[in-house]
Amino acid sequence: MTSPVITVEHGVVGYDGRPVLRDISLTVGAGEVVAILGANGSGKSTLIRAVLGLVPISAGSVTLFDRPLRRFRQWARIGYVPQRLGAGGGVPATVREVVASGRLARRGVLRPPGRADRAAVDAALRAVGLADRAGDPVSTLSGGQQQRTLIARALAGEPELLVLDEPTAGVDAASQEAFAGALRDFVARGGTVLLVAHELGPLRPVISRAVVVHEGRIAHDGAVPDPAGHHAEPDHDHVHPHCYDEPAGLWSN
Amino acid sequence: MELFQYPYMQRALIGALVIGLAAPALGIYLVQRRLALIGDGVGHVALTGVGAGLLLNRSPVLVAVIAATIGAIAIEIVRARGRTSGDLALALLFYGGIAGGVLLVGLSDATSANLNAYLFGSLTTISPADLTTIAVLGAAILVTMIALRPALFAVSHDEEYARVSGLPVRTLNLLIAVATAVTVTIAMRAVGVLLISALMVVPVATAQQVTRGFRSTMAAAMALGLFAAGSGVWVAATADTAPGASVVLVAIASFLVVAVAGGVWRVVRRRTTPTAAPAPEPHEVVLS
Repeated sequence: MTSPVITVEHGVVGYDGRPVLRDISLTVGAGEVVAILGANGSGKSTLIRAVLGLVPISAGSVTLFDRPLRRFRQWARIGYVPQRLGAGGGVPATVREVVASGRLARRGVLRPPGRADRAAVDAALRAVGLADRAGDPVSTLSGGQQQRTLIARALAGEPELLVLDEPTAGVDAASQEAFAGALRDFVARGGTVLLVAHELGPLRPVISRAVVVHEGRIAHDGAVPDPAGHHAEPDHDHVHPHCYDEPAGLWSN
Repeated sequence: MELFQYPYMQRALIGALVIGLAAPALGIYLVQRRLALIGDGVGHVALTGVGAGLLLNRSPVLVAVIAATIGAIAIEIVRARGRTSGDLALALLFYGGIAGGVLLVGLSDATSANLNAYLFGSLTTISPADLTTIAVLGAAILVTMIALRPALFAVSHDEEYARVSGLPVRTLNLLIAVATAVTVTIAMRAVGVLLISALMVVPVATAQQVTRGFRSTMAAAMALGLFAAGSGVWVAATADTAPGASVVLVAIASFLVVAVAGGVWRVVRRRTTPTAAPAPEPHEVVLS
């Protein structure tokens, strides 16, 4: 493994005194594509939010590109894709305007956008297959297309590390394929990926390592586990009817 | 039109135009972060500043700027913390602000006409010195809001993403808070603390019914603000109505016209261009 991009050592995160992550240690090396898997509420989203400094860790340490998180300033090296686009106050914004925010990390607050910025935005829009929607308001896009807009925003900054929170949750098949393609291209150019997923779907071949979070601890770190039980069936529809007696599977022992 | 030969009417018009242009340029960010009514709250706090200024025989506008800035920063701190009691804290600030203002104005020698001038605006009593203050501060707001548009858009659109982009999120938020306080205070002379939010918010609400992007919304809102301010002052001069109220009513009338016209246009377009029903999103889950 080459030099680590992300290192979490004995990380602990709690909300209002209730621990969500207990003693997590995780290392992601350059060029790896790591999927964080886990049931709802296992703390997998909290883990990446802690890595990005969006939630404070109460113990342990986070290191990004060999720098402690507290002193890390090279945010242009990271592209973050949140779970969904905030609704905002209803002021329209075009797809291009949202994607162009991805250049701010590289450009800074004061410098106006130049030719390189526009070229990077164009390339990112093409990578996710939204070039023809650039002038449309994001609110008129489908959920999957909005998700692709957020991925394009992250790609526009030309990051070395992509951090994605459930990029395929509730996304239509066409968008999942477009996303898997964009991710493959990113990895082929040497990019590192850390993503949270509920299930992998078309992303599965791209993932090099899986980390399973269970009750705030890492329960598995290594090869992508095979789906268990009815999850493995090829025509499995992923439904959560909110029942308490879920069958034993990947997430329950 | 003859009225505009008088310098006081010219000052009223220029002051209104500057505010009509600057208020929506800031207001669009407030609408985007669902803080459309923040201008009202800051205006209430500014009134306490006016009262303190009148009582202490200092420039009411200057003291109001200070009070409004403190109030806006306090609101921003409450907002950033995101506590559930945030709206109650804001309510305390709003009502404390207006009660303090009324109390302090009452204690001073000022008449109720003085209080009215700040509550509902008094464009025609703008002095040359006032106009200079309005023009300089209005230009500063305008330049800041336009020059920093990409960053302010990013932070208003998705604050967490802006933080991960390494943007100075706290500084930008405080900048918006301070700009709100300054805009409220200069607009106080034109439309009064009770109508300030209208000039910040209504042109944006009108523009976003027909625009597709953020930049075009901002440009259209500023044009609409300019139009409302100009024609409002003209209506006030010809029909002898209250200028502040006239400006706001023109802005609201524009909103209604655009809303109705937009609705009619959509109906007509749907009737004349029969399109296939949009393909539904594929089902994500199967509900049995």
